[in-house]
Amino acid sequence: MTAAVKDLSQDRQKQMISAHYARLARAKEDGRKVVYTFVPGNLTELLNNLGLLPVLPEINALQSGMRGKTGDYIHIAEKAGHSEDVCTYVKADIGMLKSGNIGPTGEPLPKPDLLLLSYTGCFTFLKWFELLKREYDCPVVMLHVPYQGDGRITEPMRRYVAGQLRDVVIPALETLAGRRVDYDLLRQQLALSARAEDDLVWVLQSARHRPSPIDAYFGGVYYIGPIFTAFRGTTDAVEYYQLLRDEIRQRLKGGLGPVTPEGTLQEEKYRIVVEGPPNWTSFREFWRMFYGEGAVVVASSYTKVGGLYDRGFRHDPSRPLETLADYCMGCYTNLNLPDRIALLEKYINDYAADGFLINSVKSCNSFSAGQLLILRELEKRTGRSGGFIESDLVDPRYFSAANIKNRLESYFQMVEAKRART
Amino acid sequence: MSLAAPEAPAAAGPLAELVGRATRLYEDLDLKAVSDWKAGDASRRAIGFLPVYVPREVIHAAGALPVGIMGGGDQIEIVRGDSYFQSYICHLPRSVIELAVSGRLNALDGFVFPSICDVIRNLSGMFKVLTADKWVHYLDLPQNFDRDGGGTFYRHELATIASGVSALTGIEVTDERLRASIRLYNDNRRALAELQALRVQSPWLVPATEYYLLLRASYLLPPESHTAMVRDYMRHSRDARRNAQDNIRVMVRGAFCEQPPLGLLRTLERAGCYLVDDDFVLGARFIPEPLPEDGDPWQALIDGFLYRSLPTASKYDVNATKEADIVRRARDVRADGVLLIAPSFCDPALLDQPMLARALEKAGIPCTSFKYAEDTGQFQVIREQAGTFADAIKLWGTT
Ligand code: SF4
Ligand code: SF4
Repeated sequence: MTAAVKDLSQDRQKQMISAHYARLARAKEDGRKVVYTFVPGNLTELLNNLGLLPVLPEINALQSGMRGKTGDYIHIAEKAGHSEDVCTYVKADIGMLKSGNIGPTGEPLPKPDLLLLSYTGCFTFLKWFELLKREYDCPVVMLHVPYQGDGRITEPMRRYVAGQLRDVVIPALETLAGRRVDYDLLRQQLALSARAEDDLVWVLQSARHRPSPIDAYFGGVYYIGPIFTAFRGTTDAVEYYQLLRDEIRQRLKGGLGPVTPEGTLQEEKYRIVVEGPPNWTSFREFWRMFYGEGAVVVASSYTKVGGLYDRGFRHDPSRPLETLADYCMGCYTNLNLPDRIALLEKYINDYAADGFLINSVKSCNSFSAGQLLILRELEKRTGRSGGFIESDLVDPRYFSAANIKNRLESYFQMVEAKRART
Repeated sequence: MSLAAPEAPAAAGPLAELVGRATRLYEDLDLKAVSDWKAGDASRRAIGFLPVYVPREVIHAAGALPVGIMGGGDQIEIVRGDSYFQSYICHLPRSVIELAVSGRLNALDGFVFPSICDVIRNLSGMFKVLTADKWVHYLDLPQNFDRDGGGTFYRHELATIASGVSALTGIEVTDERLRASIRLYNDNRRALAELQALRVQSPWLVPATEYYLLLRASYLLPPESHTAMVRDYMRHSRDARRNAQDNIRVMVRGAFCEQPPLGLLRTLERAGCYLVDDDFVLGARFIPEPLPEDGDPWQALIDGFLYRSLPTASKYDVNATKEADIVRRARDVRADGVLLIAPSFCDPALLDQPMLARALEKAGIPCTSFKYAEDTGQFQVIREQAGTFADAIKLWGTT
C-alpha cells in the first residue's frame, strides 16, 4: 500500500455534506421546512426546487452505525417494545430520536414538517413512517411506487406514479413550501441530474479495467453519496462527479488500483461482484478483510439502491414527472428477483469478475429474502465461485468479525483454486 | 402427520362429520381436493394465491378455482425449504417453497402473490425462477386510496389478472360473469358474517379450532360449497347443545399471514380464552360486507378494496386510525383482552405491535403479546402466559 491521500473529490463531498447539515441545523431559524424521506425513490429535485430540506433517516442510521452509536440506539428501541427481529435501521432511528435526534455534526436534527413516504422497494418504509408519524404528529404523504413484478415498467404504472406526483405529492409539497413548483427550474435540475449520472456511470464502469481504479462497493458508497442524497440536480453534484471522474481518469492513466483507507491497493488479486448492503458498524474492518487479501469489488448491487443508472436510465428534462416516476420504479430493490439475478450475472461477465459474494443482512428482507436462490442461480449460470456471508447493517451484535474473516479467507482460497483449475 | 380432534370435540353426528371434512381439507397439503375438482372437467384450471388478499372473484369469473396457499403449518417436514432462506426470515416462505419443490402444488396452474411484505414479494420472483412453466403474477395492491389514483391503477391490475387467468382457461371475464362471481362471494361473505356474529354472541358454540378450519376450507372449496358448509356448521353447532365455560373473551391480531398451528389455538382455549375475533386467514373476509351486485363490477371490487377492506399491517394507514380501529373492534366484539401475536421475523406484524399495544393500554384494554411460527410445537410457555392473562382478567378485570 502507498500512503493514504485524501482525494479532492472526497473533500468536496465533505464540504457539501457539512453545508447541508449546517442548513438543517439552522432550518427553523431560517424558516425552512424539513421533509424526511427515503433514499430509494427520493425526489430531491422537487424538494430542492421548492426550497425544502431533505433528511434521510437511513443515512442517519448508517452514520450513527459508523460512529458506533447504533448498539445503544437499538437497545433503546427494543426497550420501548420493538422486537429483536425487525429491521435495525428503523430501531436505530427510533433510538436516535429518543436520544435527542443528534445528527452526525453533534447538533440535533430538526423535526420533520412532512414525511414523504415513497416506499420504493421496501415495505418496512411504510411501517417506519407510520411509527414516525406518531412521534412527530406531522402529515405523511404517500407515493405508492409499484414494483416491477413482471420485470418491466408499464404505461399504467408510469401514469399512476406520475399522477400521484401531480395530484398528491406536489400539491402537498407546494402547500408546505408556500410556493409553486418552478417547472423551468425543474427541467434545468433534471438536466443537471443527468450530467452527474453520466459521470457516475463512467466512474462505476471504469472498474472494467484491469486493475480496477475503483472499489465499486466500499469506495462506491462514497461515490454514490451526493447523487443518492440531497444533491441530485445541483451544480454541486455535477462538479463533484467531474472532479471524481478526473481523479479516476488519472488513476487509470497511471494504472493505479483503488484507494483504500491505507492508501492505494498495489496488487489486484481478486475481482469480485458483491450483492447486498455493507455492514456499517465495522465498515473499515470489513473493508480491510477485502483489500487485505487483494480483493477489489468491481461491481455491486448496493450502489444501485438509490438509482440504477448503468442500465441507461437518465433523468429526462423533457418529461419531468414521468422521468421521476421511472426513476422511482427503477431503483435496484424494485427489480424482481429474476432481474436482479440477470443484472448480477451481467456484472460478473462485463466486469470479468472471478466470483461473487453475497453479504446477507439480517435487517433487510427486501434484499435478503431470495438471496440463497440468487447464489445458486449465479453459480449455475456463470460457473464462477459464489460466497455467502451474514451480518447486519447497524446492529453490532450481528457482526462477527472472526467468523466473517474466516469465511472470506476460505472464499478467496476457493476462487484461487478454481482459477488454478481453469 | 395427522391432527388430533379439535378441542370441545363435536358430538358424533353431522357436526363431527362436518368438522372432520374441514380437518381433512386442512390436512390436504397435496391439494387432492383441487385435483379431484379438476378431474371433473379437463378444461378446469386452479390458481394458487398467497396471503393476504386477492380478488378471488376475478379468478373465479375467468373460470378458475382460487386456492389459498397458507404454508405447510406444522404438517410438513422442511427438507429443502430451509436451504432457500436464511434463519432470520419467517417460516412461511420456506414451507411454501417446500410445497412447491416437492410437487405438492402441481395441481395449480398459476400463482398470484399479493403485495404484503418484501418476503412474499421476493417469493414471487423465486416462483418465476423455480416454476418457470407456470403463470406467476405479483399483484400490486394500491397504497393510494383514491379512486382516480389507486383505483385506476388497481383496475389495470385486475385486468392483468383477468387476462392472465383467461389465457389459461380460455374464458373471458365479461361483466356478466364477474357480477355472477361477486354474487357467489357475497353469499359467502354473508355466511361468514353470520358465523362471526354467532361467535361473538355465543363463543362456546364456535370453538376457535373449528372456526379456523372452516376459514381454511374456504381456500380450497368452490365458494358455493363453502357457503353451504358454513351454514350447515352453524345449524349443527346450535343443535349440539354445547355449554358455556368460564372463559374470558379475547381478540387476536397479528396472524394475518403465517398461520399459527392448530395446537396453538387449542392451547389458548385450554388456557381459558374464547377467541371472539381474530385476523386468521384474513383474505377470506378482507372485504367483510357484500359488494354491489349491479353496475360496474370492476368498480365494485375496486371500491371494496379502497374503502371497505379491513385494516391490517400490510396496508398503509392513511389516516392513522389503526389505534382507534383496534380499540373500536375490541369493544364491538366485547373482548376482555387482546392477544397481539406475530410470526417470528415478521416485520409488518412486529412493527405494528408497539403502536397497537400502546393504543390498547391507553384505552384500558388488557393485552399481551407473543411470537410463534407455523411449526411451533411447544406450547407450554404460551399456555402459561395465556392462562395468567385469563386468570388476571377473571380476577381483576385487568392484567
Ligand atoms: S428493510 Fe431494508 S430497505 Fe427496508 S428500511 Fe430496512 S434496511 Fe432499508
Ligand atoms: S409472515 Fe410476515 S414477513 Fe413472513 S411472509 Fe408473512 S407478512 Fe411477510
